[in-house]
Formats: sequence, C-alpha cells, structure tokens
Amino acid sequence: MRNVRGNDPTGDSRGDSRGPTISDRIAQTILALTARFLSGASVRWIDCQPDTCQRVYFANHTSHLDAVVIWSALPAAIRVLTRPVAAADYWTAGRVRRYLSGRVFNALLIDRKEIKVHRSPIDMMIREMGDRYSLILFPQGGRSMGPEVGEFKSGLYYLCKKRPDLECVPVYLDNMNRILPRGEVLPVPLLSRICFGPPLWLEAGEPKSQFLGRARQAVQRLKEA
Amino acid sequence: MEPKTLILVGVVLILLAAATAAGQILRRRTALGLNPAALEAFGSRVRAWWLICAVVAGAFLVGKVATVVVIGLISFWALREFITLTPTRPGDHRALFWVFVLCTPLQYVLVGMGEEQYGLYSILIPVYAFLFIPARIAMAGDYKRFLERAAKIQAGLLICVYCFSYAAALLTLDLGENADPDANERLLFFFVVIVQLSDVLQYAWSKLPTKHVIVPTISPTKTWEGLIGGTVSAALVGAALAWATPFEQWWMAAVMSTVIALMGFAGSLTMSAIKRDRGVRDYGTLVEGHGGALDRIDSICFAAPVFFHLTRYYLTLVG
Repeated sequence: MRNVRGNDPTGDSRGDSRGPTISDRIAQTILALTARFLSGASVRWIDCQPDTCQRVYFANHTSHLDAVVIWSALPAAIRVLTRPVAAADYWTAGRVRRYLSGRVFNALLIDRKEIKVHRSPIDMMIREMGDRYSLILFPQGGRSMGPEVGEFKSGLYYLCKKRPDLECVPVYLDNMNRILPRGEVLPVPLLSRICFGPPLWLEAGEPKSQFLGRARQAVQRLKEA
Repeated sequence: MEPKTLILVGVVLILLAAATAAGQILRRRTALGLNPAALEAFGSRVRAWWLICAVVAGAFLVGKVATVVVIGLISFWALREFITLTPTRPGDHRALFWVFVLCTPLQYVLVGMGEEQYGLYSILIPVYAFLFIPARIAMAGDYKRFLERAAKIQAGLLICVYCFSYAAALLTLDLGENADPDANERLLFFFVVIVQLSDVLQYAWSKLPTKHVIVPTISPTKTWEGLIGGTVSAALVGAALAWATPFEQWWMAAVMSTVIALMGFAGSLTMSAIKRDRGVRDYGTLVEGHGGALDRIDSICFAAPVFFHLTRYYLTLVG
C-alpha cells in the first residue's frame, strides 16, 4: 500500500514524490468538470477574490463530495495550489479513491482514529503547506445531517496560531447534503451553491473560543447571503 | 433542404429581428415614458426566444438524434431545478437517484427510437415510474408526509421530463407517406415558434391601458387582454404558417395554434403558482445571472403533449 496516511518517516503524505504527470493533469480537469456537473454548483465570491496567496478555506460539512466540490469551484491556476484535508479512512478505501486523493486532487489525508501528540495533524498540515499550498478544511470534524453549521473543533485555531499570516476564507456549501447525504453511495445530481466570503485572520492574543465563534458565524452569515 | 423549410426559417429570423429591433428602439425612446423594467422583461423574453429557436434550428443542421439529446439535456436541467426547490427528505434519495439516472435518459432514448416505441414511451413515466416512486420511498421506511413527497417527485418527473419529451417526440412522429424529409423538423419549429410567440404576444398585449388581471394572487402581469389578444394573434400567425405544417386546412393550423397558446398560458400560470408557494421569483435564482431553464420551458411543458396528441389524432383521422 502506498503511504498516503502521512505517517511515513519522510513526512511526505503523497504516495510518491514525482510531480503530476500529463495524465494526472487530464484527470484533474475531468474530475473538476465532473464535480461541477454533478453538483450543478453556482459559485459566488462575496467580498473576496480568487488569489494564489496562502489560504485556509473552511466550510460547513455535510457530504463526502464537499472537498472535491470546493476544489473544483476554484479557478484552475489556484486549484493546483490548493489541497483538501480529508479523512484517510474514506479516501484510502479502494484503488479509485486512493488514486483520486493521491494523484488527482492531491489531498492531505488525516487519520481520524490515530491522532498522536508528537505527530499532530496540525504539524503535518503546516509542513505540507510549506510556503506554497492552500488548504480546504472542515472544522466541524464530521459531517452534519442537515443544513445547520455545527460547532467548530479547535484545529483551525491551532493552525492559525502557528501561521497567523494565513488568510481564513469562510465557505458555505448549500444543498450538498441532498446531493450525497450521509450513508449514501450514489449522488443525485441536484443543484448546489457555493459562497466564498470575506477572509478573516486570527488576531494577536485572541482567545480560542472567540476566534472559533467568529469563524463559525462567518460561514453562517454566507448561508443567508 | 426543402424550400418550405428555408422560407419558414427565414420568416422566423425576420420576426425575431423585428422583435429585437422594436425592443431596442423603445428603449432609446425614453420620451415615451415606458417602464424600463417592462422593457427589460420583454428583452429577456426575446433573447430566450432567439436561444430556443437556435436550438430547434440546429435540428435541421445536425439531425434528429442530436436534437433529441439537446432537448433531453434541457429537460434534465429543468428537473434538477424543480427537485432542488422542492423539499425532499433523506428517505427519498434512492427514489430520486433512479428518477434522474434511469427514467429521464430512458424516456429520451425511447422517444428518439421513434414511432415504434410510442406504446412504451407514452406510458413509461405515467405508469411504471408513477408506481415505482412511492414504492421505493416506502421501501426506505420514512413515512413522514409520505403522499406529499411522492406526489412532488411524480409531478416533477411528469412535467419536466414526460410532458417536455413530447417536444422531442414531434421529431419522430410518423407524418404519413406523403411527408417530405424535413416535415418533422418543420412541425417542431412551428410548435416552438407558436409557443414562444404567443408568450411574447400575451406579454405585449397585457401592456394595453385597460388591465383585467386574471389571477392577481399568482401573476399580476397576466391579464385577460393579454390572453385574448395573444391567443388571437398567435392563431393568425399559425394560420399564415399553415403551408409549413402537416395540417391541410389553414383553419386547422389556427385551431392548433389557439390550443398551443392556451396551454402555454396554463403552463406558465401553473409554474408561477408553484414558485409562489416556494417563495422564489424564478427557478433560476440558484444560478446567478441566468433565468432558470424551467422558467423558459414552462409553457412548452404544457403545450407539447397536447399538441402532439391532437396532431397524432388529426393524422389518424386524415390518413
């Protein structure tokens, strides 16, 4: 099995270190188009523009497709610099998922069951981002059943504490819970909506609960936009 | 291509150009004090009309199969809009999957196969899908608001897929041995021109100074003046285009055009009622800057099956 779980000694979460080949690039384009078609997503940028600077896109989470749909909604030049953070147990099950997450959308896989103190996911994210990549993150942890935005876990805060320069861009996904709900395998191609909102930063000395509350509100505000 | 076909396409292009020009001139004449919002609405109707006519005119160039595919894709998109704005529950997921992945494509494949599949495509959704949907939802075990949920999915499939597919079925209708090779394409073109024209004309006539609104609670823009004026004008245009249709008498073309205009009115009124209930202005609100597909085809959805079956009945009487 390829080392896609990020627990190999070199710390490289990708299965192999070669860069994307031409076939990977073609697969990326096809996957992005397929995701756009399946989700029927209309994309809105509200007080925010697509940019290649290092960002953390954080969104509400209702479906396994969420990460791919946000990734596909980004312009191609930004898409290659953006890596979704996804659950290792889902994305390493089976060859297709492993190929898609490893070679195509270049996911950063987190083992949800085995979080070790000295190899925390936050350290891995920071290492993998370098000074180049942006991340797509779902701070709720798991997927919620309905359209409500659940409580945020603290990962986003600790990430920003170590890298306060990162722009945190709130993203709201609408209707994805009906396209591929929890526990379903096959998607129903309804229409969805993706809103990117104005970026926020961790203020110096801002307490954890205040920052997470502010971030969660930013996503909720996009729901009404 | 038949000379008749070329003349029909030419006439429609002139009509469209005239409508576009009229809209532009009225917009410049600010001195007339016309409502800019009303002019904008007129303009968007004319633009949609250009687009739909271009799709149908494509049938002459690229062939029947490609046109059935395009109509099928529009239908698929309209169904997405319908179900997206209709609340469903997780228990409906599997039923919806088959509705989108099996029923919709299969209907258009059967329609594309032509007259010999009429016996199947005319009942596929009203019989098989109609019974399958509630049964599959029941299998999922969620009985909350059961009848309402089943009925919503059935209605969406019937309106957006079954009814709309009769527009494509006009291309494969058997018009008899004397029909020339373009006759089916001309029939579809005639139908679409009358639907869209009656839509624009009803809107234009409703701008008369006297206004008797038909259903104020649902659509404040639909007036008796618009309905009667639009239907009569559509019937006159239909009679004038009778030479391009399989109808041998000019008055038969006029009667068919009247039916198309009335059904078109019924379709757009019904869809407005659904939109009112859901609290949206149009089905396209999800897609920024575009009118929804369903807003553009609502009159076709109601007019197509009735026009198809009346034409088919007429042909069996004549032939």
